[in-house]
Amino acid sequence: MTVTAPTTDTSIDKYLQRRRRHYWLLAITAVLTLCSLIADVATGPGQYGLGDILHAIMSPDDAPRAIAVIVWEIRLPVALMAIMVGMSLACAGAEMQTILNNPLADPFTLGISAAASFGAALAIVLGVSLFPAASELLTTLNAFIMAMIASLLIWLVSRLRGVSVQTMVLMGIALMFFFNATLGILQYVASAESLQQLVFWSLGSLSRASWSKIGIVTAALLITLPIFFVAGWRLTALRMGDLQARALGVNVGRLRLTVLLCSSLLAATAVAFVGIIGFIGLVGPHIARMLVGEDQRVFLPMSALTGALLMSLTSIVSKTLIPGVLLPVGIITALIGLPFFVSLILKSRREVWG
Amino acid sequence: MSLRVESLSVHFGRTQILDDVSDLEARPGELTALIGPNGAGKSTLLKAIAGIEKSTGHISLDDTALDTLDIAQRAGRIYYLPQDITSRAALSVFEAVLLARRTTHQSDRQQDLKRVQHTLQTLELEQYAERDLGQLSGGQRQRVAIAQAVVREPRVLMLDEPTSALDLHHQLQVLEWLVALAREQQMIIVIAIHDLSLAARFSRHMWLMGAGGIVRAVGAPEAVLTEERLREVYAIKAHVEWPDGEPPRVTPLAATRQLGAQGTGQDF
Repeated sequence: MTVTAPTTDTSIDKYLQRRRRHYWLLAITAVLTLCSLIADVATGPGQYGLGDILHAIMSPDDAPRAIAVIVWEIRLPVALMAIMVGMSLACAGAEMQTILNNPLADPFTLGISAAASFGAALAIVLGVSLFPAASELLTTLNAFIMAMIASLLIWLVSRLRGVSVQTMVLMGIALMFFFNATLGILQYVASAESLQQLVFWSLGSLSRASWSKIGIVTAALLITLPIFFVAGWRLTALRMGDLQARALGVNVGRLRLTVLLCSSLLAATAVAFVGIIGFIGLVGPHIARMLVGEDQRVFLPMSALTGALLMSLTSIVSKTLIPGVLLPVGIITALIGLPFFVSLILKSRREVWG
Repeated sequence: MSLRVESLSVHFGRTQILDDVSDLEARPGELTALIGPNGAGKSTLLKAIAGIEKSTGHISLDDTALDTLDIAQRAGRIYYLPQDITSRAALSVFEAVLLARRTTHQSDRQQDLKRVQHTLQTLELEQYAERDLGQLSGGQRQRVAIAQAVVREPRVLMLDEPTSALDLHHQLQVLEWLVALAREQQMIIVIAIHDLSLAARFSRHMWLMGAGGIVRAVGAPEAVLTEERLREVYAIKAHVEWPDGEPPRVTPLAATRQLGAQGTGQDF
């Protein structure tokens, strides 16, 4: 075949330019997320100037006691929780879409969120612990264990011969209906008081955020993200299709299990603390894919950042939409996220699912 | 120094796909053509050799038994190019080809990038380097898949109908180039192909498989492709010519069995 004469702009240069563009996009999204975080802290019933807020964040000891308490005890935990939960849900969604080769896969549609809700409801309504001797974290642990059971069920189905990734997704959808039904039973038998608690929880809320909860969600991210990064090339290869990924030397079954369990861990900790928040796990990765493509080196951090930014913006909207009323964030993500998502899909000319 | 296959069998549950496949050899420096009717188990044979399909039997490469290698080691030496390339992942052509190299080579980055560029140039793909996989035509997509295969510089390359989506110009171009690649790199290349004229023209060695996953003939194209054997294995009446100074011609004349007349064939 003919060898084209080297031009001034070779494909290597263009590739490196593309990578630089991706890194710029990452940096811009990171800055926007930081701005959103500060705006989130500055938003609330007590009207304080941005300068006072920033001063209280930077040097809490010098700031007036009232502002310091509001910022450090109330607003900052909520704002940071939004960031961490957004990251967790979007990373979980991104990797579920990758390993299941399906644009609809996310913790919500695969039944992981529903399983976690059922586990939490067991604790709230019946006081049943799936893991004895941990009464303080009862709700969280129950949610986590049920989410893990659901993801293991999905994985076990995938081990049967001839089961496609589509079947795994259908299995996830079946699990979602099953756990929603069991949740319904618990709601039916629940006392008025626990029912109210359950409804509040299932609408998704950041208002019970605390520093210790943020610590646990962050720990889940610190455990799983390095695993995703190390598997980055193999995960990208998986999007070439199972057969080609295996030809490329990827142990597809083992990678799928590892990543499914890690994604479930992320989803479970997020759902356990803030309740059910839909669409972030779906929309975050989709926006990231449109911006930087699916090379995991940029796709994963971009998903994390878009998820964090979306969740942080949602947190601001939930405080400002009706002045004086704090709306559950789960409702906001669904109401505002949905039309936004549909418009993105319709605008996007990129067809990436074979 | 070659690829050898002895008593290889593959089962899917109770169905036997490959039945004691033996005496197969593929030598470096030349193209080996794997031919046979639909459902004879050609893809399964290539996958079994690559270690993607579970099998029993002995496969050795340069006197090393392949089942002693782990998945990644085996994939570093033998690359199998699947027949259906359908991925529409949001990756540029350059990213996709670099990915194929990076999953085995941990070498110097700049060298990897140069290798990718060179491969794209030889396959006339450099002008599409920035495009997403989903924006390519079937033929371009197939050439990207071939680029992904050769950029890894494997010892053995197994291509499952790599020219099925290519126009005549690119079919001849790619096959000529594969012959040169095998010779220059002393690579072992096995290619499953349906066009018998092209198979006869570009290969030096042939594996002919028949229904039921058995080997019907092995050897030089002139010895394997006889009119009588084509009637037996393919159920066709064909005219085979080996004109001097011209490419060989296998002209199918008629099917010896009407569609629906007999249900012996099995499709997988």
